[in-house]
Amino acid sequence: MAGYRLPRGGGRIDRSRGIRFSFDGASVGAFAGDTVASALLASGRTLVARSFKYHRPRGVFTAGSEEPNALVTLGAGGNTEPNAKATIVDAAEGLVVRSQNAWPSLGADIGAAGGLLSPFFAAGFYYKTFIGPYRGAWMLYEPFIRRAAGLGRASFEPDRDRYETGHVFCDVLVVGGGPAGLAAALEAADAGARVILCDDNIGVGGALDLEDGIQGQSVADWLFATISALRAFPNFQLLTRTSVYGYYDGNILGAVEQIPAPADAGSRTRQRHWRIQARRVVLATGALERPFVFPGNDTPGVMLGTAGLAYARRYGVAVGREVVVFTNNDSGWTQAAALSRAGIQVRAVVDPRTAVPGRPAAELSEAGAEFLSGHVVTAANGGKALSSVRIEVYDASTGHISGAARDMRCDSLLVSAGWNPLVHLASQAGGPPVYDEQLAAFLPGEPREAWRAVGAMAGTFGADDAAAEGRIAGAAAARELGFELPGKESSGRAAATEGKRRNADNLLPLFEIPAEGKAFVDLQNDVTASDVRLARQEGFESVEHLKRYTTLGMAADQGKTSNLNGLAILAAARKMPVPAVGTTRFRAPYNPISLGALAGRARGGHFQPLRRMPLHDWHVKAGADMMNVGLWQRPRAYLWERETLEHAYVREARAVRQSVGITDVSTLGKIDVQGPDAATFLDRVYTNTFSTLAVGKARYGLMLREDGFLFDDGTTWRLADTRYLMTTTTANAALVMQHLEMLLAIAWPELRVSLASLTDHWAGIAVSGPNSRALLERVVDDIDVSDAALPVLAVRAGQLSGFRVLVARLSFSGERAYEVYCGADYAHAVWERLLASGKDLEVVPYGLEALGTLRIEKGHITGSEIDGRTTVHDVGLDKMFSMKKDFVGKPLALRPALTDPGRKQLVGLKPLDGKAVLNGAHLVAGADPKQPGRSQGHVTSMCYSPAVDGYIALALVERGRARHGETLHAADPLRGGHGAIEIVDPCFFDRDGSRMHG
Amino acid sequence: MLIPCPICGERDHGEFTYGGDATIERPDIADRDAARWAAYVYDRGNPRGPHSEYWHHVHGCRLWMVVTRDTQTHAVGETRLVGFWAGAETR
Repeated sequence: MAGYRLPRGGGRIDRSRGIRFSFDGASVGAFAGDTVASALLASGRTLVARSFKYHRPRGVFTAGSEEPNALVTLGAGGNTEPNAKATIVDAAEGLVVRSQNAWPSLGADIGAAGGLLSPFFAAGFYYKTFIGPYRGAWMLYEPFIRRAAGLGRASFEPDRDRYETGHVFCDVLVVGGGPAGLAAALEAADAGARVILCDDNIGVGGALDLEDGIQGQSVADWLFATISALRAFPNFQLLTRTSVYGYYDGNILGAVEQIPAPADAGSRTRQRHWRIQARRVVLATGALERPFVFPGNDTPGVMLGTAGLAYARRYGVAVGREVVVFTNNDSGWTQAAALSRAGIQVRAVVDPRTAVPGRPAAELSEAGAEFLSGHVVTAANGGKALSSVRIEVYDASTGHISGAARDMRCDSLLVSAGWNPLVHLASQAGGPPVYDEQLAAFLPGEPREAWRAVGAMAGTFGADDAAAEGRIAGAAAARELGFELPGKESSGRAAATEGKRRNADNLLPLFEIPAEGKAFVDLQNDVTASDVRLARQEGFESVEHLKRYTTLGMAADQGKTSNLNGLAILAAARKMPVPAVGTTRFRAPYNPISLGALAGRARGGHFQPLRRMPLHDWHVKAGADMMNVGLWQRPRAYLWERETLEHAYVREARAVRQSVGITDVSTLGKIDVQGPDAATFLDRVYTNTFSTLAVGKARYGLMLREDGFLFDDGTTWRLADTRYLMTTTTANAALVMQHLEMLLAIAWPELRVSLASLTDHWAGIAVSGPNSRALLERVVDDIDVSDAALPVLAVRAGQLSGFRVLVARLSFSGERAYEVYCGADYAHAVWERLLASGKDLEVVPYGLEALGTLRIEKGHITGSEIDGRTTVHDVGLDKMFSMKKDFVGKPLALRPALTDPGRKQLVGLKPLDGKAVLNGAHLVAGADPKQPGRSQGHVTSMCYSPAVDGYIALALVERGRARHGETLHAADPLRGGHGAIEIVDPCFFDRDGSRMHG
Repeated sequence: MLIPCPICGERDHGEFTYGGDATIERPDIADRDAARWAAYVYDRGNPRGPHSEYWHHVHGCRLWMVVTRDTQTHAVGETRLVGFWAGAETR
């Protein structure tokens, strides 16, 4: 039992509101305002977690988001949040908190036995141990090792909470609500700028509550006055519980705001992601205290000095009954004295320096503390809780530890080895940080975006100095944007010349106390000082390699209390100064952020926009099985009762070939191409010629990419001398449009051509089958659809039941067929007219699958065959490749590799076992699935064909056209298929194409 | 990253599509030399510093423009329209 609740004090708690939550099933009492960590400490609990690799007992180490040890799992079911830092989780009535990575219990964890095997788990162990006795043996050990290590467990249930997204713009963004940030915000708001202040704590003030006064006032008075003044400005916005995690180009910053849970925690809005566009940024993110590295430094009860003081001041919690302070700088003494004043017994202060700071020393000695200057702590003892520390004499000039060791009993050791400015955001948006010898820490480097750094993060410690610096920065940022208060100008500039006073608290740089025993550098990833030296010994000398090889700094705390210590140990091992070793690259996010926050509302049905065809509602009502094709929803087939998908599309395809069917083809790209040079333009864009196309006729065209591969296909209709309607595939509509626009803007700006996208404006309905003409005849008003007037590939404009339409005689299915285009708003009426007029012809609506079946039977290509790797020659359409004109992609399409006869060519496949050929299967010679031989091609499309009463497929096979009649095997080891097939002609039905002519 | 469209003003780069390297010259349509086309299609320098490139304002005016962007800092400099509307921004 170490910690306890003090009788008085605690600026953040409300002692009149008691609450209870559970920790590993046991009920814990707390006050409103407590964190889970402060409540656990107050209840006397020291052991709160087990470490990642070695399952060592761990306790609370800090009082903030830099916490490496006290990770817990909150909640249950879909609301489970693993790896929450107990130091920043609000204690709430009924909150369920569980420890992690311990079995069967936190106190009696079997995993701790793994600690005995720790030599086998040193840094990079998976390259050095568990490698035998046979090849692949690692996979035997891996599951056990993986299960033994770890932190929290995520839930597999869906997260029902909501996450919001906000975009804000401001003139000056201030990051950090401590004295420097508050002063900067006040000054900029006063000057009239739009100011946003972000702080990741529940309230502003930063580390001010650990100070004893500011600018001659008490902390409370100063805060009250400053916050009241700020709130009076309508141009000021405060975002608390908001962590700015990333600083990006153009002064764009990302932040995540935590939204406190309401009393009845059902599903709720949990976090809000802010995208902040600022014109100027003032960074006032403060500094973190760093610990020493010494044997047993991970024992529960060892804590940062600021944490000890924070628990006393903020939560009225004493972290121990017999506290020893270990520090190398004056601020450690000041903290110890403040602790003593709060009623906590400080037994001793251990300091490697020989000179001690007068005032705090006097205060402490009056309270009965012992001073051990010229000494260091060489070990912290106790398993599940600190019981004593070992203290030895230290010679600062030689670094030598000598003399008799002395064991001092204590239940709390507060370590304070110096301060690390939080330069993360500055380094994300600027040059690498710069080492300061006095502070033995890194300061912000050169800005690359419009920020300025103030306060502790810039090396300006002390509340008064920080506030003064913040004021100057806030005024300067506002002034740069044209906001200024008359009269203030001169005072601001004068103060700026005073220069920064770096208060290093007489720090004696000391990172590691070399002694016998496990000394941890990264507490969360269980990286020891010897791991760092081992990495260097094995050649991983650079700081970036050190990080990845040892995983130092790669845990959820991102090395906030360990990175610099690790660097320093590496530098010492390499016998180089710390700045020569440098830091690893700083990357967003500064703190881990949830994927939910990034996703915001873009989940499920809102993940991407939905495009509906003009007849969408009709399709759904008619029982269509809708499928997503890119952003579109298209009907696969119209399922009758008890029909499977295959039944439905076979029925539909059969009906089309027997009588007539209609299908919605509105998603095809439609581009109006007009202008005096339209014909020339199309000739350059297609492989075949369109300038020779007569008015009132359509032609199938192929388009190549610049590199000579097939890009898209479609029909283009000539509506007038200088006007064409181009159609494209659904998937490439936007890409073709961009391609054409690019060519007119960059390649041929001299061509006089206008383009307009009509894809969404016009609907398209294909009417196909032997009775298609008969049906059409019944519904058109003034168009002569006889074969003489409307031969194959002809186009006519006219009226259909009162609606203006374009009718083209085109066939994708190989049957007699027509495509009817009308305004999208009239699609429904035209469709209904066709259905009503065709009842006696048994007209059926058919979907994507039947459409596909019909074209596969005819060997017509679609995007399945135009996959970016095929050429005109591959798909057997050489006759469309004009040798008489120049067009996009032609020179590179003629490269030898693209015309090589050994290439994969389009063929048909007939399964010899009567079973479906798996789409995507590879074609191999070997009949034995275990010895397939190499891939000679692959299946591109497949279906059940009513026309030949069996399964068929299209494929691309090496030298396919010369191999008709050959047997190969369609191999799909992933889905377990290996069937024999015969290579045949890709056209399975109506070889001479006579059905199209009816 | 913000791109100052000459017609629409400063817009987030998400409104645009990147259109390729603007420092290379496209061979004439009648040029049949595969080597020159291969160089145009495949060969790219990777310069550090200010670079000329095409951007297409697809979610705006749909015009093509040449943008000077620093490949290291993403600082965007001059923009000018190309094609039929080239020069329109100065009228």
